[in-house]
Amino acid sequence: MNAPDSHRLVGASVERKEDYRFLTGNGQYTDDIVLPQQTYAVFLRSPYAHARIKRIDTAAAKQSPGVVAIFTGADMAADNVGGLPCGWLIHSTDGKPMNEPPHPIIAHTKVRHVGDQVALVIADSINAAKDAAELIDVDYDVLPAVVDTAHAADPGQPAVHDEVLDNVCYNWGHGDKAATDAAFARAAHVTTLDIVNNRLIPNAIEPRAVNASYSAQDDGYTLYVANQNPHVERLLMAAFVLSLPESKLRVIAPDVGGGFGSKIFLYAEDVALTWASKKIRRPVKWTAERSEAFVSDAHGRDHVTRAELALDADGKFLAMRIHTIANMGAYLSTFASSVPTILYATLLAGQYATPAIYAEVKAVFTNTVPVDAYRGAGRPEATFVVERLVETAAREMKLDPAEIRRRNFIREFPYATPVGLTYDTGDYETILARSLELADVKGFEARRQESEKNGKRRGLGYSCYIEACGLAPSNIAGALGARAGLFEVGQIRVHPTGSVTVFTGSHSHGQGHETTFAQVVADRLGIALESVEIVHGDTGRIPFGMGTYGSRSIAVGGSAIMKALDKIETKAKKIAAHLLEAAAEDIEFKDGVFRVAGTDRTKAFAEISLAAYVPHNYPLDVLEPGLEESAFYDPSNFTYPSGAYICEVEVDPETGVCNIQQFTAVDDFGNVINPMIVEGQVHGGLAQGIGQAMLERCVYDDESGQLLSGSYMDYAMPRASDLPNFTVETSKGTPCTHNPLGVKGCGEAGAIGSPPAVINAIIDALAPLGVTDLQMPATPHRVWSAIHAAKQPH
Amino acid sequence: MAISISLTVNGAPISASVDPGTLLVQFLRDQLRLTGTHVGCDTAQCGACTVHLNGRAVKACNILAVQAEGANVTTIEGLAKDGALHPMQAAFKHCHGLQCGFCTPGMVMSAVSLVERRPNLTGDDVRAELDGNLCRCTGYHNIVKAVLEGAEGMKTSSAAPAAAPATA
Repeated sequence: MNAPDSHRLVGASVERKEDYRFLTGNGQYTDDIVLPQQTYAVFLRSPYAHARIKRIDTAAAKQSPGVVAIFTGADMAADNVGGLPCGWLIHSTDGKPMNEPPHPIIAHTKVRHVGDQVALVIADSINAAKDAAELIDVDYDVLPAVVDTAHAADPGQPAVHDEVLDNVCYNWGHGDKAATDAAFARAAHVTTLDIVNNRLIPNAIEPRAVNASYSAQDDGYTLYVANQNPHVERLLMAAFVLSLPESKLRVIAPDVGGGFGSKIFLYAEDVALTWASKKIRRPVKWTAERSEAFVSDAHGRDHVTRAELALDADGKFLAMRIHTIANMGAYLSTFASSVPTILYATLLAGQYATPAIYAEVKAVFTNTVPVDAYRGAGRPEATFVVERLVETAAREMKLDPAEIRRRNFIREFPYATPVGLTYDTGDYETILARSLELADVKGFEARRQESEKNGKRRGLGYSCYIEACGLAPSNIAGALGARAGLFEVGQIRVHPTGSVTVFTGSHSHGQGHETTFAQVVADRLGIALESVEIVHGDTGRIPFGMGTYGSRSIAVGGSAIMKALDKIETKAKKIAAHLLEAAAEDIEFKDGVFRVAGTDRTKAFAEISLAAYVPHNYPLDVLEPGLEESAFYDPSNFTYPSGAYICEVEVDPETGVCNIQQFTAVDDFGNVINPMIVEGQVHGGLAQGIGQAMLERCVYDDESGQLLSGSYMDYAMPRASDLPNFTVETSKGTPCTHNPLGVKGCGEAGAIGSPPAVINAIIDALAPLGVTDLQMPATPHRVWSAIHAAKQPH
Repeated sequence: MAISISLTVNGAPISASVDPGTLLVQFLRDQLRLTGTHVGCDTAQCGACTVHLNGRAVKACNILAVQAEGANVTTIEGLAKDGALHPMQAAFKHCHGLQCGFCTPGMVMSAVSLVERRPNLTGDDVRAELDGNLCRCTGYHNIVKAVLEGAEGMKTSSAAPAAAPATA
């Protein structure tokens, strides 16, 4: 972290501007905010996975000391409060729109998962609210529940929604089925795998929190909420649920303690509190307890897949055929429908020139918490399918796993995949070669023998991932069913003395935008990093925004800032031209100095900004005073980060315990603004991917629908001792060709690329014992069982 | 039925009246408005609420405020002196040992206590000892690096107590 040259910040590992407040306890998260006349909310939640609500008796609870109000679904229905909308419409192969059953804010007639909201209790203190909630008497008629993804749509299963008797949300198809089937018919070899992509529970360490208030003075609401995209929250809540003008709802997402996707969505609690704040005319705060987060934050993954890869005799891929059942949970969460379709099937080409691909996805309702975008969202599921198929095919055809990949890599760009994307750039061969070198694959055989001497088994696993991020061209997303735009907004306010405030529609909840974006702006304007302030997360201060998810902040939000900077520069040059008595076309701008080309006549940036606000000598007849510009940037394509990951594990065959000896990640993120921050993003993603591969699994009881992994005592969060040091390299990339910074995005790469590398490594270690497949998470028990199952005579 | 307690928090004497069921973390956050100490779980697993009680790291969600009677409590707000970061805080900043910042106060308080107990640590020691603190952002890689660097910084600063000035 060397001190960078003040005008060469981009590309330098600048320490973060936001760290001082976090390190000294001065961060301000939603739960830290207490408003005058504050009240506290508790949600009474369903203890049953599926039940009819016969009666709710709140009489005794309302008499409890400190209670301000108690609301049920009936109260909201009486007020005509709408249900939660889904932001992406998917059509089934028969042309019918997906089934969208109502998603009530508070369950009215029926509860559909353990944790479903039944009543909202508001009191003067949190303890008073909890005491009162215990006095509410709910008479339930318990119904049979369905939680199993694979069998949710089987005949005879209980219907989660009376409107959808077969529990099917949609049957979606993507790709050329006829061409794919024809390629399979002439294949020399077909690899087939059955894959369960385990359900994950997000677990940002800051639980979700909401503090809503109503002001009679202007008949408006202010909502503090732990959220990744406050403008989207405002749009969805105002326009689709509460029927408010957006101008009457200010959404502020202050410091947010991690999101990973789970804080994208419009949640029922956010709406309920906003609505209730007007009813009681006092601010209402709710902060999830962790056990509540487990049963109310949208979960991730949960796919059951049959995957097939057709190859010719040389190991060239001919076609891929996928059938996936995806669990939506009890209701359609905000972007749930897009995750196993648009964000999944479009990624099945991976890094390979597979000519034909066809995917069918059946989305099902179950009596579980809704499932939505989580840390990679569809792309980890796709990568796991592709990279497990490729590695298994290599093993079956006795090809080196690196060699089979090389034979199939896409080598010419732009490349149009058979699943609808056009990759603009990449260099898969080079990053794989670099990863092989960093991981010392040449020395692996000696290490393997050494392990074997010690009674252990050692394996090497590869994963070459692609992701599509920087969501998205709005028109393409719209054609695919998106009910929103996907651009981003940047606004640059140059102050009279030359300092700058940047308003961005992106939201930082750990990504370090206050530093990275400031590096971009300071470099471009030739001013000090300290002169740039980044403002995010407040609909009252920022023109608009689509927020942060899908690794889009620098690629889309950063590009919007660059566009606004273009406008600033154009105007500033006109001012400089006037002051320097030259033509605007003759003005050059570099390192914070405006110069008449080829002369020593110059003006500093701060002189121009001062002239803009004190326009005494200023071309007022042709130019407005002031120096402030905003831009909306809508990308022309996705960005396509890629990487080659290699995992080396040692397995104790006596116990099934697997230890990662080395994890090597080489990523192509295009240009990198702050390598330290980017590597940190990869580290975090790797921990999630390794967590999914080895530790984490959300488990529901099949009969009762109870969540069995409902606390940190039961759900295996990755801890420091579970993980190795990582070998990460991000420097040698192919810049994105269609955005001004040449950046691609890095937030999800680790979580997308790593799970198959881990599983491939464990199977490589155990292949000599006859193990050919393993589902995630590869716990010691599962690994030990796989070893012993392989030993059984067939 | 409130109970009176007296204790020292970040060097200042405090007398207050608390409900007997009040957890230390609730007392710090809600009554003293020291909101740097965070709550991330309800099973004493995540460690976001870690503070020092008489010099020892404890989870403030797992102890009643009345149990801190007469104790000396240090929270994350009490670690930096006159605006200068503690060497462990400085190491977290330098090594990018934090992202969203939510687990950070607990992580730093645990790390300081750990190094005070065991000044000479390896990376594996740090990983084993930080078992009680969860982070979902960093993958722990840079946290481990920061704790090792912070341990060196604490040795240097105990030899020469003037810490480097903070850069906000």
